[in-house]
Amino acid sequence: MPTPAAGRITGFWRRRRIPLAWLLLTRQPMRLAVALAGIAFAGILMFMQLGFRDGLFEASVTIHKLFDTDVVLLSPRTTSSIGMASFPRRRLVQTLADPDVVSMSPVNWNLLLWRNPEARTTRSILTLGFEPDDPIFLDPTISLQATLLQDRGRVLFDERSRPEFGPIASWLRQGRTVETEVAGQRIRVAGLVALGPSFGADGNMITSRETYFRLMPTSPPGSIELGLVRLRPGANPEAVVARLRRELPADVRVLTKAGFEELEKTYWRTSTAIGFIFTLGAGMGFVVGCVIVYQILYSDVSDHLPEYATLMAMGYRLPPCWGWWVARAFCWRCWDTFRPTWLVRVCMPSCEAAPGCRWLWIQVEPFWSSA
Amino acid sequence: MNPSPSAAIHLQGLSHWYGVGSTRRQVLQGVDLHVEAGEVVLLTGPSGCGKTTLLTLVGALRQVQEGTVAVLGQQLRGAGRRERQRLRRSIGMIFQGHNLLRCLSAEQNVQMGADLLHGFSYRQRRDQARDWLRAVGLGDELHKLPHDLSGGQKQRVAIARALAARPRLLLADEPTAALDSRTGREVVELLQSLAREQGCAVLMVTHDPRILDIADRLVRMEDGRLSDANAEVLAAQAGG
Repeated sequence: MPTPAAGRITGFWRRRRIPLAWLLLTRQPMRLAVALAGIAFAGILMFMQLGFRDGLFEASVTIHKLFDTDVVLLSPRTTSSIGMASFPRRRLVQTLADPDVVSMSPVNWNLLLWRNPEARTTRSILTLGFEPDDPIFLDPTISLQATLLQDRGRVLFDERSRPEFGPIASWLRQGRTVETEVAGQRIRVAGLVALGPSFGADGNMITSRETYFRLMPTSPPGSIELGLVRLRPGANPEAVVARLRRELPADVRVLTKAGFEELEKTYWRTSTAIGFIFTLGAGMGFVVGCVIVYQILYSDVSDHLPEYATLMAMGYRLPPCWGWWVARAFCWRCWDTFRPTWLVRVCMPSCEAAPGCRWLWIQVEPFWSSA
Repeated sequence: MNPSPSAAIHLQGLSHWYGVGSTRRQVLQGVDLHVEAGEVVLLTGPSGCGKTTLLTLVGALRQVQEGTVAVLGQQLRGAGRRERQRLRRSIGMIFQGHNLLRCLSAEQNVQMGADLLHGFSYRQRRDQARDWLRAVGLGDELHKLPHDLSGGQKQRVAIARALAARPRLLLADEPTAALDSRTGREVVELLQSLAREQGCAVLMVTHDPRILDIADRLVRMEDGRLSDANAEVLAAQAGG
């Protein structure tokens, strides 16, 4: 019988043992494959639900993010982008009294009925009215296009709107003159912009305030739905918001740009059925995922229980046994849960409401329409 | 009486109960047993008389309820989980089923036993595992999985695994139960000779009358009590 080594044995070779965790995994490839598939499914389920939820909230502020602004003014009655109330424009002018405020832009915002020029059906479209000279968007190409709006009755159509609004983009590219009816008034599409539909609106168009008031004759000319306030570089928006809140009367609400986005997200999260459903879906996905993973681990452990008991009887300690178990669980995670779910996690929010994400919209639309 | 330091097992007044309340049932009733180092003791008796319970108590797999249990000089009554686990490293166990790890080859299974030893390199432990498998006559089956071995071969791997940890006490619970008589005889003879070489005490529970003659001493258990019996008488009974 061999005796303990006379020479020195390095730590690694002395500590090295049979790689039991690895062998338990690899000697049963079928079982491993099934377990991987199960855990992958659980992971995808969980993260897909979370991705849908995040995608929903991100998509609801598509338009909000486009504005070049530091501080916004809203009516206190405004709940969300689909329920914008108006407030007097002079409140916006009053903000110019603040030393940090550089400029401001009034914006009118409403949902109007757009007639599909091909099918003659109508559909709600988000309409933004602004002074064509004001660079209200961060994207400079939109401001360049805005000169087209100086003629009355002209609009810029969002080419990323849903196809239900008609083949506006392709007609324009063919060189056709596209005219249609918005809120019962004739308008002409002067150009295309790329804004992207948000959760509250399937399509967008932007126009001058002058045209806007022609489309909305009942709305008083001195009223606006959104006031954009730009600050001098280096100014602290929070401090300006606090000052403006103090100085302006209570008939106007002052928020930072982030606060404006948060207001919209909070609305969808808390005040609509859809936010609840998605949160519930994420919770359900988590519970179902846990159950699946538990079942897989349980069946695997109970299958090997006599063997683990033998190891214990041989004098192996419990912690190494746990170690094998954890190592196996970890191997599964690494191999599998991480990659696809990360993919989903990264891709879903960026899908937003882009055309590639039709499926989400099919799911969501019934709830949205009734909201 | 104090156990002598050389005693492998020293039991005095060992009693054990299963269940609680009205279902509480006594399975061991004041068992006294003394096994010297290097002694081979066979434990027989009808099923349900408490043999396996006794074995698990000696093997430090169960908490002692009443009585004195000293195994390899260590008192087991009131011993903690960690102490019992340490003691188990010096005790080899062979079960009725072979209980080999299905995912490991014969060599790796035996090395799981050798891995409990300190001071050897991985390669040395692997060579020891191979030596043990050759000693049990499985030198050609080193890399086979338990699935591909016959019942007798599996039990021999289990013996090699138990001995690879160099135990000072070997507990075997009906190691021949799943084997035919010729294979069973071979396995037990192998077990006895290897244990002798190592100076390792053996306590074996068995029903098999054909292997009683390998014992230094036979102990008969009935209804939770032990009675020393003469080996020849028992063998004669079994034969007649």
